[in-house]
Order: sequence, then structure tokens, then C-alpha cells
Amino acid sequence: MLRSSLKKLCSSLVFVSLIASVSANVAVANEAKKPLKVGFVYVGPTGDAGWTYAHDNGRKYMEEKLGNKVTTTFVESVAEGADSERVIKQLARSGHGLIFTTSFGYMNPTLKVAKRFPNVKFEHSTGYKRAKNVGTYFDRAYEGRYLAGVTAGLMTKSNILGYVASFAIPEVIRGINAFTLGALSVNPDVKVKVVWVSTWYDPGKERSAAETMILQGADVLTQHTDSPGVINAAEAKGVYAIGYNSDMSVYGPNAHLTAIVHNWGPLYTAKAQAVIDGTWKSENVWDGLAENALDLSPFNPVIPQAIQDQINAVKAAIKSGSLHPFAGPIREQSGAIKIAAGKVIPVGDLMGMNWYVKGVDGKLPH
Amino acid sequence: MDINLITNILYMTIITGTPILFVALGELVCEKSGVLNLGQEGMMLMGAVFGFIVAYHTESLLLGFTFAMIAGVLMSLLFGVISMHLNANQVATGLALTIFGSGLSAFVGIDYIGKGLEGLSKSNIPLLSDIPVLGKILFSHDILVYISIMLAAVLYYFFKNTRAGLIVKAVGESPESSEAIGLPVLKVRYLAILFGGAMAGLAGAYLSLVITPLWADNMTAGRGWIALALVVFASWRVERAIIGAYLFGFMSIMHLILQGFGVSISSNLLATLPYVVTIVVLVFLSKNQARIKLFAPVSLGKPFHSNR
Repeated sequence: MLRSSLKKLCSSLVFVSLIASVSANVAVANEAKKPLKVGFVYVGPTGDAGWTYAHDNGRKYMEEKLGNKVTTTFVESVAEGADSERVIKQLARSGHGLIFTTSFGYMNPTLKVAKRFPNVKFEHSTGYKRAKNVGTYFDRAYEGRYLAGVTAGLMTKSNILGYVASFAIPEVIRGINAFTLGALSVNPDVKVKVVWVSTWYDPGKERSAAETMILQGADVLTQHTDSPGVINAAEAKGVYAIGYNSDMSVYGPNAHLTAIVHNWGPLYTAKAQAVIDGTWKSENVWDGLAENALDLSPFNPVIPQAIQDQINAVKAAIKSGSLHPFAGPIREQSGAIKIAAGKVIPVGDLMGMNWYVKGVDGKLPH
Repeated sequence: MDINLITNILYMTIITGTPILFVALGELVCEKSGVLNLGQEGMMLMGAVFGFIVAYHTESLLLGFTFAMIAGVLMSLLFGVISMHLNANQVATGLALTIFGSGLSAFVGIDYIGKGLEGLSKSNIPLLSDIPVLGKILFSHDILVYISIMLAAVLYYFFKNTRAGLIVKAVGESPESSEAIGLPVLKVRYLAILFGGAMAGLAGAYLSLVITPLWADNMTAGRGWIALALVVFASWRVERAIIGAYLFGFMSIMHLILQGFGVSISSNLLATLPYVVTIVVLVFLSKNQARIKLFAPVSLGKPFHSNR
């Protein structure tokens, strides 16, 4: 008797903790008369100092701008796949008029749920499939990568830059190429070493990867992974690093030069306003520096003023449209011309990028 | 490759191998007593999160490590009660412990994501650390690296030369006979389980306080499972567990180093190297079936009903 009830207690403990960790922390704010309910589905915890953190800042910005016209709900740490479909369905069912799903792996679940709730609007980040009530959005992170490359190219002494990368998908390769082109534009002798860690999030491995590149002479590092492991390593070894997703300077006050930060707030505000006004339509939004969809975090004062000015000038040029990071001539690794002088890379090539530009060391995994 | 690079690779090998060595040693003792605890990953995560929280608030790494071990012990106690007293299936209980630990640690650690702290400093051993090359590789680590090696040595001696070690082995071989000759089977197994918990907790804290001084959800990233596999492939022998742990560490570093050199092997293939090489080497070492049988605890994972 006692034994079986103890067993039950234990199994319910396991169950409760699972629920608590996987799908908990639903916060509701700003109760008002019939405001638009906006739901957010996050892949990580809001405090990850990375991808999810940036999205949550966008949510807060929207709340602040629209005041009592909206209420927001977010669900964090939702695993991609079947779990996410249940969460998205729950949000749709509970009266949300607009739902943002903020990870690539939510693409099919979002479309599936959207079919069943034609009156709810969905916005899916980083995906490419749309429907009548599903739009997609992303920022031109590669513009920030180019600026990061310019920064690294000007700050390096060894002319070896290190890039900790997650998976060889177009988004990541595009970032590596933009970073390399940016660095080469100010420093033709620069080489970019890339280490693939095959994970989005493993602080220990990211740190080891950064350390191995420092050993091989890299003195400015950057990353396309989500933890501050790389900044950590750079700080410990006395080299520089450029963060991604959010300002990571707390992890390396000396090492952290700047970071590429997403700025989703204005887009979220505009989308919610459009739903309120009844003008929302399904489209693909791909905003860049010009639309303020991303930016660099404040510069570390170790960057000399002249270099800061130079970076800002490049930023202004990208904003005004006079400079495109992927404007020709662009050479492939082999040295062959891929994009001719005077031409800009076609959007299809940009979206499906699967080749390295000249200046990247190593072979692209397939 | 210059000598400085080789030195650094070997240096990082030891650091990468250390948490795995701790977990493997704990689980080895546990399995020797006949208990299979698959909850290593969960116990590590609890150790990592509680170690970080305590160290963050008290600014004492010593307290952090202590509480990490306590967290690991409490988790293993839960496992002990369920699998020993309630005689639940050990495999299922261990798996539940891992799921429970990863969930609970994520829940407890929510407010600590994104916080940083000063990690454990390196303690150079005087004179020895001045030896060129070897000094850097072997004698300029943090204190826990030395402790892990000493612990391995002690355990080697324990199983080889002491009566207590013999008792643990006897309990793992045949708990019924052990009980018949008056050995306290449950007590021995509990102690082995708790030791395993403490080591897993310590290994978790080594990740969150030394390697990357920060807490992140699921930061052990499968290292507990590697250690579990290591114990089996090391055929329950301490010296082979050491080889396995460092070999795994070495290959994990080489996978990254080779990419930096621009070696034209796919990085996806390189990423499998640590697992493949470790398993192949240990399988090769233990290819003699008869000898494996000598070392494998016969009653591993089987429930035991005490008659007292």
C-alpha cells in the first residue's frame, strides 16, 4: 500500500517537473477591454542572452508601444516538432488573434494549426512557407555580419579570424561569407577559419572550439551559435570577440568588441497594428539595417575612434543602399568569379547559399 | 604542428576528459555493486545548477562544489529509495531520474541563465609546472583535475587490494550469497549509489564552474551518457576508464583542431570521431570475452529482495 502510493508520488513528481520545465511560464499582462491577444512561441528560455532573449525584447517593445491595445502571452522553451504544435494550437484556441512562432522548426506545425484556425494570423520567423493567414519574417543578419567583418578586419593583428559555426545551412554560410567579405574589404590579407560544432547550444564545446582557433593564431572571434561560450574563451585568453543575437559584453568586458543584435520590436508593433486595423496580409518581410531590424551593440572603447567612424560609415552606406555586402566581384574559394563586378547577388543565391567565398579557410561540409 | 600547439592540445584534452572521468568513476563503483544507474545526466545537471547557484550567491567555489555534490547525492538517494527499497526496475528509474533532473534543473536555473562568475583558477604545482611541455600538460591544472586522478588511483587500489573493495564486488556478483554470509547488501549498494551521485554532481559543477563558468539549460549535452557507455566499454576497470575519458577528450579537441587546419574531411564525419575512436579502442582492449566476464558484475541491474 505504502509502496504503491510512494511510487505514484514519485512518478507524479517527475510529471510535474516535466510540465513545469517544458511548457511553463505563461505570462499574461495588460488586461484591458477587448485588446488584441498576441501569442509568442519561443524555442529557448527568455534569459538565454541570445535568440529568444531578442524576440522577447521585441515583445516588450510592442507592449510598450501599443499599450492597452494588446495583451501578450509567451511560452518559452518549446521543443520544435510535435510539442510545438500542441502549444500553438492552445494559443490559437484561447483567443489569440496573432501568433508569432520564432524558430525554424515551427514551420510545419504553424502551417498545420493555421489551416484549422483561418481567423487567426500567424507570423513564422526564418521559414519560407506561407499561407493565406501565415506570413514569414527574418532580418538581413548578413548586413550585420558584414559590419562585424569590417570590425574584425580592422582590429586583427594576426590577420586570422575565427568563426564558430553551428550547422552548414544557408543562413549560417551566408553569415560566414558576409563576415569574410566585410573583413576583406578593409584588410585583404585576412583569413577566416571556421570550426563547425554541430550544435546550436553547447557552451563547453563552443568554448573549446574558440580555444582551438586561438591556438591556431586567431585573434578576433565570432560565432553563429547561441551561448556566450566563445566570448568567455576570448576573455580568458585575452583576444577579441564579436557577439551575436544580443549584447554579450557582460561575459567578456575586455574581449567583447560589439555584437550583432536583432531588433524585432518595430516589426512586431507594425504587425500587431495591422491586425488591429484589419490591414494585415500574408507576406515575407526581410528587413535590414535600413529598417532598423538589426544593429550593432555599443562599441567597446578599445576600438579606436577612427575605426568606429569607419564602421559607422560602412553602416550608413548599407543603410542608404549604396553598398550591398554581396555586390560583385565576388570570388569563390577556388578563385573563380561567382558574381561579376557591377552585379549584386540574386536573391535565390542568397537564400540557398552553399559555397564559400575566397578568404574562408577549410572545406564546407555537405 | 609546433610543440606549443601539441602542448595545448594535450592540456585541453585533460580538461575535457575530467568531468567524464568523474562521472565514469562514480558509475563504475555503482555498477560494481550491481546497480545500474542511468540517471547520470540528470544528477550532473542538478550538480551543475546547484553548484552554480550556491557559488553565485556565496562567491565561494568550495561551497559551490560541496552543494553540487549534495545535490547529486540527494538525486541518487531518490534513485536508491525507488530502486532498492521499492524494487522498481533500475533502467526505468534511472531514465526517469535523467528526465526529472533535466527538467528540474532547467526550472531551478531559470533566473541564473545569462549570469557569469569567476571560474576556478589554475594551481600550478611548484617546480613540476616549470618542466617544459610536460609541466604545462600535467602540472598546471585546477585542483579538481588532480583530485580526479588521485581518486582514480585510490579506486584502483580499493578494488585491487582492499577488503572493502572485495565486498563491493561480492555484492555485485551475488547479492544473495553476500547476504547469506552476513554482508549488508543494501547498505553497500546505497553507499555505492550515493558515491555515484556525488561524483556526477561534482562533474556537473566542473562544467558550470570551471570549463564555462555559467549555467545553461542542458549544458551537460550528453556527457553523462558518454560516461555510462565508457564504463561498459572499459569493462568495469578503473585504468581503462581513465584511458577512455582522456581519449574521448583528446578526440573531441582533435575534431575541432583538424577543422581549424582546413583538413578536407567533412566536419560531420570528424564530429563522430570521439565516439568511434573511443569505442573502437576500448572494444579492442577488451576483446577477450572470458576476461570481460571476469570483470562484469554478474547481478548488474537485477532487482534484489533482501530476506532480512
